[in-house]
Amino acid sequence: MSKQIDVKDLNIYYGDFLAVQDVSTTIAPRSITALIGPSGCGKSTFLRALNRMHEVIPGAKVKGSVELDGQDMYGRGVDPVLVRRKVGMVFQKPNPFPTMSIKENVLAGVKLNNKRIKKSEAEELVESSLKGANLWNEVKDRLDKPGSGLSGGQQQRLCIARTIAVKPEVVLMDEPCSALDPISTLAVEDLMAELKNDYTIVIVTHNMQQAARVSDKTGFFNIEGTGKPGKLVEYDETSKIFNNPSEKATEDYISGRFG
Amino acid sequence: MTITEHDQDTTNDTDEPSLEASGRGQGTLPEWVRWAVAAASLAVGGLLVAFLWKVNIPFTVIVGALIYVVAIYLISRTVESQRHAVDRVVTGVVTTMFLLSLIPLISLVVTVVTKGAERFDAQFFTYSMRGVLGEGGGAYHAIMGTLVITGVTTLISVPIGIFAAIYLVEYGNKNAISRALTFFVDVMTGIPSIVAGLFAVALFTLFLGPGTRMGIIGAVALTVLMIPVVVKSTEEMLRLVPNELREASYALGVPKWLTISKVVLPTAIAGIATGVTLAIARVIGETAPLLVTVGTTDSTNLNPFDGRMQTLPVYAYYSYATPGIPREPYFARMWAAALTLMLIVMALNVIARLISKYFAPKTGR
Repeated sequence: MSKQIDVKDLNIYYGDFLAVQDVSTTIAPRSITALIGPSGCGKSTFLRALNRMHEVIPGAKVKGSVELDGQDMYGRGVDPVLVRRKVGMVFQKPNPFPTMSIKENVLAGVKLNNKRIKKSEAEELVESSLKGANLWNEVKDRLDKPGSGLSGGQQQRLCIARTIAVKPEVVLMDEPCSALDPISTLAVEDLMAELKNDYTIVIVTHNMQQAARVSDKTGFFNIEGTGKPGKLVEYDETSKIFNNPSEKATEDYISGRFG
Repeated sequence: MTITEHDQDTTNDTDEPSLEASGRGQGTLPEWVRWAVAAASLAVGGLLVAFLWKVNIPFTVIVGALIYVVAIYLISRTVESQRHAVDRVVTGVVTTMFLLSLIPLISLVVTVVTKGAERFDAQFFTYSMRGVLGEGGGAYHAIMGTLVITGVTTLISVPIGIFAAIYLVEYGNKNAISRALTFFVDVMTGIPSIVAGLFAVALFTLFLGPGTRMGIIGAVALTVLMIPVVVKSTEEMLRLVPNELREASYALGVPKWLTISKVVLPTAIAGIATGVTLAIARVIGETAPLLVTVGTTDSTNLNPFDGRMQTLPVYAYYSYATPGIPREPYFARMWAAALTLMLIVMALNVIARLISKYFAPKTGR
């Protein structure tokens, strides 16, 4: 289920503007990798490049390669739609589909792709996905109610359930807890710890305690100034980054001296 | 004045930081005072207008409002403060404008309903005008003609309009074509309806020769008027769909066309349906383009591809412009036709509201 991501010399552009420069790294399977850094440093852009979601923005393009277990996802003839089925994404703001019930939201990845699925299989998938997202007990009695009626934290876990229902190899999370209260954040963090047994997880966060709590490895992105491209300054074991970083900029950032 | 009452005021006088009432006077006017002043002003205004000219409701409202504004300002300024006085003046002016805007509306509804009720009977809805001179007859042919032509118009306009809007929002990315489309849609929204009619006549003259009258020509003319309305309203509704939903769908590995058809359109369907219904209401009362394209007839013709048809607006127009002798039955039928048209438009508006209520994304637990 879980795959390794190798990034080589990745440059990401918006039009002519170089947003992220020369990122090379390896993200291990069955681990949580946290990306931290000041706003606008390109960490979200980098994350979106990992499942070609940045292409939704007109003019965005990349140079370099991103390989999923040795397969170049930017290779010739690779369909971004298929990439996204393997690399799922959870967004900052919970975004359940407002026209769909909780159950339909979980099945969205299947139903929206016009795939036929047996009723019993669908029910199994709903239950396993919701259980996987620690949401089953809270919503099992109201699966046919709209997803937008849930609390913010529940909606976010519903979005995670929706993402894992398509059985991806990698789950990307773009500040998944920044719109949630501490209790919901804890629920999502516990969930991440469980999900890491099956998936490769990459999370962008502004919350350094969160990065320290949940991640195995941490990458620090920084930007030299406005208009300059973002760079991956340091990438190492989380304990190393937070206790003994080798770069001065990393130390300044995590100790709160800037950013 | 108690402190709690004053809590709602956000603009306390700056020179008087205390929460107690400030200004010239110290009190507040009781609620009934402004109604009493309004009634008195209207009475004085009505008498003044009647004395100087004649009994006239709009002028009574205007003169009464002027008297009210001056009176309430002076009273409020003496009893309350400058700020309260200004507040009451503005409230008065806004209310007056609201009432003035209601006068033509109410007058129109009352006129059409009272005059239209005379021939609003079963015969009116079941008989055409074939062989009818003077009394009797009905507008069956006109009602059916209007429904057929508007139906054909809707069938042509809605797909074109919705797909054009989808192109603008989902595919255009503000490129040259989409900017041109937006520009021409804006221009077409303001195009006089007779121009649309003449366009359709000129177009079909090329194919069928001069002097052809057919329902489909009228439908094409109305299409020219309806497409921009559908494009505009659909475009606005599609832009209201949050981008997060599209991204969520893409992130699940859903291709763009399925994202549009299964996420974006269902989310916006209530607004789109409402827009379409209102666009129908917009063209169903058009007279001029139908006059030159469809013509008029006294018999029932339900085939838009074969000859002249009658429509309600044209029916009303001809009943008024070329009545027979005596004229009264023709005028009575004209008012009944106007009432019918008004009721159809009202029904469309009610349908639009029901659609937006039942199709809207459900919330709640």
